[in-house]
Amino acid sequence: MHVVVVGAGVIGAACAEALSAAGATVTVVDRSGPAAGTTGAGEGNVLVSDKEPGPELELAQASRRQLPELLAKLAEELGQADVEWQPKGGLVVATTDPQPLHDFAARQREAGVQAHPITAREAFELEPNLTREITAAVHYPEDGQVQPVLLATTLLSAVRQRGGQLLSRVTATGVSKHALLTDSGVIACDHVVNAAGPWAGDFAAKAGAPIPVLPRRGVILVTTPVVDLVRHKVYDADYVGAVASGDADLQTSTVVESTPAGTVLIGSSRQRVGFDDTIQVDVLRELARKAIRLFPKLRNVNVMRAYGGFRPYLPDHLPVIGEDHRVPGLWHATGHEGAGIGLAVATGRLLAELMTGRTPHIDPKPFRTDRPGLAL
Amino acid sequence: MTVVVVGAGPAGVNAAVTAARAGQDVLLIDSAPRIGGQYHRQSFRAKEIRVAHDRVKHLPDTSVWAIEGNRLHLTGSRVVTASRLILATGAYDRTLPFPGWDLPGVYTAGAAQAMAKGQGIALGRNVIVAGTGPFLLPVASSLVDVGVKVRVFEANSPSQNWLRETKALIAGRRKLVELAQYAKVAPYYRERTAVIAAHGDDQVREVTVAKLDQDWNPLQTKRIPVDAVCVGYGFVPQLELAISAGCRISSGFVEVDEDQRTSVPWIFAAGEITGIGGAELAAQEGIRAGAAAAGVQLGLTVDRRFAEALTRVYPVKKGWRGWLTDDTIICRCERVTHRKLQAAAENLTATRAVKLASRAGLGVCQARICGHTVADLLDLDPTTFARRPIATPIPLGDLAANPVEEP
Repeated sequence: MHVVVVGAGVIGAACAEALSAAGATVTVVDRSGPAAGTTGAGEGNVLVSDKEPGPELELAQASRRQLPELLAKLAEELGQADVEWQPKGGLVVATTDPQPLHDFAARQREAGVQAHPITAREAFELEPNLTREITAAVHYPEDGQVQPVLLATTLLSAVRQRGGQLLSRVTATGVSKHALLTDSGVIACDHVVNAAGPWAGDFAAKAGAPIPVLPRRGVILVTTPVVDLVRHKVYDADYVGAVASGDADLQTSTVVESTPAGTVLIGSSRQRVGFDDTIQVDVLRELARKAIRLFPKLRNVNVMRAYGGFRPYLPDHLPVIGEDHRVPGLWHATGHEGAGIGLAVATGRLLAELMTGRTPHIDPKPFRTDRPGLAL
Repeated sequence: MTVVVVGAGPAGVNAAVTAARAGQDVLLIDSAPRIGGQYHRQSFRAKEIRVAHDRVKHLPDTSVWAIEGNRLHLTGSRVVTASRLILATGAYDRTLPFPGWDLPGVYTAGAAQAMAKGQGIALGRNVIVAGTGPFLLPVASSLVDVGVKVRVFEANSPSQNWLRETKALIAGRRKLVELAQYAKVAPYYRERTAVIAAHGDDQVREVTVAKLDQDWNPLQTKRIPVDAVCVGYGFVPQLELAISAGCRISSGFVEVDEDQRTSVPWIFAAGEITGIGGAELAAQEGIRAGAAAAGVQLGLTVDRRFAEALTRVYPVKKGWRGWLTDDTIICRCERVTHRKLQAAAENLTATRAVKLASRAGLGVCQARICGHTVADLLDLDPTTFARRPIATPIPLGDLAANPVEEP
C-alpha cells in the first residue's frame, strides 16, 4: 500500500510515522518543508488540563500516554529521539471566583484526568514567583511540552529510515483516482492524506471534497533567558473559555512556561483574522499584562521576540480524522487548532488503524467528515 | 502630523534637516545619545554637535520596537503617529565564523574602530585587521593613531578588481582622495590573505593566516602571534523595521525608486539599508528622501556607480566555508556548532524550522550576527533571518504599560 501524506507538519509526520509502522510505503509532500507552517509557530503544548471531557480530551489522553512510548521506540530505532520532551506538569490558577475552576477540574477527574486541587502554599512551593493573589490552584501532572519542530523531524526521520520519502517544495494541487496531483507531476498511490493544517480547506476544495477549515491566528512572546523564574506550565483559569470559543474578537488567556534554553514563552492569543500576519501591538500588550499578573517579576524581563502562526480549526472545534465520505481514497487529518502537537500521536495511530482496517483504539465517530457539525 | 526619521547617521540627519527646511515638523529618532550614527560617532568627551534646525526634534536613546500602520511604538512606552516615515537604520558589521572567532580578543572591525576613535582605546600592541572592503583601512588607520602595530589582510584582490571598474572609479574619484589619507597603512597591507583560525586558551594569542586563491580557499598557511584581531566582511543592513512595515526587499536591500520611496508609498528609505555605499552616498540619499517626504522636487540624481562596484570588488567568496571545522561555533548566543547546525537542518527548508531545530539565531542577538552565515551555509534567503516583529528587546513591563503619545 502506497500512501501520500500532504503536509509535513506534526500531524502529517505523525500520520506518516504510524502508516509506515503499519507497513505502508509513505511519501510526504510539502509545498515548503518540514514544520514550516503551524508546527514551527507553536509552543509545543501537550496538554490535558485545558480540555473539557469529550472526544478531544480522549484523543489528548491517548496521545499523552502514547508519546513517551513512541519516543522510546524511535530512540531505539533511530539512535536518538531528543525532542526536548518535558513531562513537567501544569498548574492552573484562578485569580477571581475559584468555583468554575474547581467544577471544571472535578468533571475532568471523572474523565480520568489527574487534576489535583492544591492550596495556595503548595502552589507557591511549585512556583515560588507566582502572584500571591490566587484564589484557587489545580495541579495537572500529566501536562508536558515538546519542541514541536524536533518532534516533526524525528517522526519524519523514522519514516525515511523505513524507506519512506520526503518531498519538500512540492505543492499538492488535487487528486485523481489512485493518484495525487502536484505541481511537479502525478504521484500514483492508494490513498492521500490531507494534513495541510490551516491550508487543508484549500487542498480539500481542489480535491473536490471541501471541509470548512479556517485559520485562527495565535501569537507567542519569547523573553530573554532567565534563571528559574517559571518552573511548570502555568495558566490562568480563563484559558479554558478561550479555547472553546468561536468569537472572532481577540481572546487572550495566559500560558507562561520556561523552555530548556531558559527563555520564557508567553501565549497565547486567538484571533480570527484570516491569513493576516501583521503585528498587532494591543495583542502583545494584553499577553504581557496577563503574564505579569501571574508572575509580577516578569515586569523587568525583556521580551526579545514575538512569533505568530495560524492554527487550523473547524466550526465545532473538533479535528477531522478519517476517510472523506465523498471522495474515496482521500483522508483528512486536520483541524486540531492549537492542540495539534499534543494530539498528533493518537491522530496518526487512529488514521493508520482506520486505513488498514484494524480496530481503532479510540472511538473514531466524533472525528468523521460527515458529522453534522461540519455541514456547510 | 510629523515626518518621522529613524536613524541619525548621515542619511537620517540629512533627511531630517531637508524635510524641516521644506517646512515639515520632523521627529528624528535614534538609539544613541547623540546624532552621527556609526560613521560620525561623537566622542562623549567633546562638545555635543546638535541638529541646527528648530523644526527638528531629536529623540535620543530611543528605539522603534514595532511599526503598526503609521503608528511607531517607541521604547519607554511611547508611541508616535507619522505622516511620512524615513527609514535610515543603517548597517552593522558582517563577520564570518572561523575556528576560534569566539575567543576574547577577536573584535568586529566596527567595535575596534569605535574603541580606538571614540574612546582612544588600543586593543593591544600587535593587532591584525582582517576581512574585506574599504572599511578595513580607516579601522587600521585609527589603530595606528593610538600607537598600535597593525597588519591588514584583505581577502579579495581590489588592486586587480578595480582595474575592471574604470567608470565606477571616475564616478568615485572623491572617494579615492579619501582613501589616499590611509596611505600610512599601505606597508602593512596584504591582499588575498585572511585570518582563518584564532588560537589561545583564555584569549587570542596566535592566528593562522592563509594566502587565498580567488575563491578564498587557503593555499598556504602560517601561524603568527597577535594581541587582538579585528574582523569585518562588509555590512549587513538593519532591515527589520522595513520588513515589519511591509517594504519590498530585493537582493537583500530595501527597494526604492529615484525619490527614495519604498514600495509602501508613505515610507522612504535612505543610506545603507538601500545598498552599501558609504557615508557620502547615504547623505545624498537622505537629502533626496527628506525632500521627497516633504513633497519637494529636487531634480538631483545620485551616482551609484561607485557603490555598486563595491559589491563586485569586495565580494564574499564561498571558500570561507572550508575554514570551518565541525566544532566551529556558528551561533555565539546559543553556542551552536557547525556540526550541530548541519545535523539539525537536514531536510529542513524553512528558516523558522531551522532556527527552532538547531537553536541558531534564537539567542539574544536574534540572528543579527549569525543569520547571514546560517543562510549562506544552508542556502536560505538571508532576509528571512531579519524578520523581527519586535525590532529591539523591551521590558515586558514597558510593553504592558499604556503608551504615552509623543507629540
